[in-house]
Amino acid sequence: MVNGLNLAFQYLQGFSVLVLAAVGLAIIFGIMGVINLAHGEFIMVGAYATVFGYHDLGLPLVASMALAVGVTAAFGMVVERLLIKRTYGRLFDSMVVTLGLSLVLSQGMLVLRGTSEPSVPTPFGTISYGAFSQSVYRVALALAAVAVLVGVYWLFTRTEYGIRARATIQDEGTARALGVRTERVYSTTFAIGSALAGLAGALLAPIVSVTPTMGGTYLVKSFVVVVVGGPSVVLGTGLSGGLLGAVDAVVTNVYGQTAGSIVLLVVTVVVIRFFQDGVTGFTDRVRDRLAREGT
Amino acid sequence: MSESTGQDVNVRTTAAQRATGTNTDTLLQTDGLVKQFGGFTATDAVDFSVEAGEIRCLIGPNGAGKSTLMKLVTGQHAATAGSIYFNGFDVTDDAPNERIDRGLSMKFQVPSVFEDLTVRENLRLPNQRLADGDERRRRVDEALAAADLADVEDTRAGDLSHGRQQQLEIGMAASLDPDLLLLDEPVAGLSVDERAAIADRIRTLNEERDVAFVVIEHDTEFVAEIADRVTVLHQGDIFREGPIEEIEDDPEVQRIYLGTDGDAEGDAR
Repeated sequence: MVNGLNLAFQYLQGFSVLVLAAVGLAIIFGIMGVINLAHGEFIMVGAYATVFGYHDLGLPLVASMALAVGVTAAFGMVVERLLIKRTYGRLFDSMVVTLGLSLVLSQGMLVLRGTSEPSVPTPFGTISYGAFSQSVYRVALALAAVAVLVGVYWLFTRTEYGIRARATIQDEGTARALGVRTERVYSTTFAIGSALAGLAGALLAPIVSVTPTMGGTYLVKSFVVVVVGGPSVVLGTGLSGGLLGAVDAVVTNVYGQTAGSIVLLVVTVVVIRFFQDGVTGFTDRVRDRLAREGT
Repeated sequence: MSESTGQDVNVRTTAAQRATGTNTDTLLQTDGLVKQFGGFTATDAVDFSVEAGEIRCLIGPNGAGKSTLMKLVTGQHAATAGSIYFNGFDVTDDAPNERIDRGLSMKFQVPSVFEDLTVRENLRLPNQRLADGDERRRRVDEALAAADLADVEDTRAGDLSHGRQQQLEIGMAASLDPDLLLLDEPVAGLSVDERAAIADRIRTLNEERDVAFVVIEHDTEFVAEIADRVTVLHQGDIFREGPIEEIEDDPEVQRIYLGTDGDAEGDAR
């Protein structure tokens, strides 16, 4: 029972970290076809902005987190305008450019702020049971992750931007022929993806150590989630975060963190071996087959 | 659109005069339009003109240059030489988007609806740039009713029949309030009923909203049903132009369709 509760908390955190870290990458890759290798550093920028707001500016934590989201969104817009825009349609070029950017950002932050930052407090306190106590913030993180998924779903299905973005993914030429300014869709998308990376950094800042090189870990986790999730951003990220979060929680709980990370990668390899286009690629095929049989 | 043509009358007349040396209600005019792909000439100095409010069909054997001419007009291909005037403006160097803003819209041969969007979402797209709020909703509702798609508004467009996808796509193109709508084989592969519905739709848009059409079509019955005039393209140039009865009876036209003069260029254009 007690161990079950520990596992549940572990799972909530694993799921939240995976979903929050991956959703921005999933949007940028899913809509723009750009693999942003600096995604982890965008998360890092979000975490730094939170620490900066809280300690240097003396803002309340929530305000610091909001500041972080704004800063990364603005930063994303600038990066899109100056770098990403020049590499559209050239996947490898965009990878090289964003890899370079990630190095500049992590090393630049090291020069600017040193090797580590003071921590920000974890809100909401703890609850105790038996010999254990757990941070309530883990539950809050999971709720935030679910809220982000719901928000992204709403954004893509209920707003004019969402319709334009989905049309642009499917057929950029026709979307343009109907008057959609696709370049604006791309810059908005990159800003949204960056803002979500910033949000991830902000929400993670209270529970991780904020360092210039923290981005690498999240980049790997994000990629794993996006690859396993497949083409559907919301459903893919949710299902894949749910699945990998469970694997991570169980293995980490029993064998420790290193084993957890290894098994995460092994599961990814296995999933991709059987479902080349990820979990939602598989669910799409099932849906299409059912629709064909139905007609 | 009738308002906009009204406003542009002076401008258009001057440009049309400049382009053609005539003084008519010319909506589209191409002037010595040439397109070469490497050493191959797809359209060879074509002077093609469409009057405001007319329905023109463009026919010709495969490889005659019909699709190339349309793509030059919409801006999907850049012209090698020559000029294109539309609604009084020289649009030769305009991007496709700018030509849409001037009132030019196109529906492609293969239905290019957004399969993963619902029918309503597909129609919301072209209406986004012209209206918002309640006005947009009203326009989308109207477009749904006009295309006879109100009963499937929440269905994925990819799940519609081919005929209804064509209707949806014409509805999307018409939502841009064009002065001229180019349709590339709109009834290929459709049933008799679906074909009649498309013909009906073209006539309604033409009569009620004064939309001019250029329709590429092989089906002569359909052409006879809708066209005011027919242009026959052959080997990249205009071969004949006139009412369908004249064209149908023309032995020279029959000869090029039968291919007896060796026009066997592929469908690649």
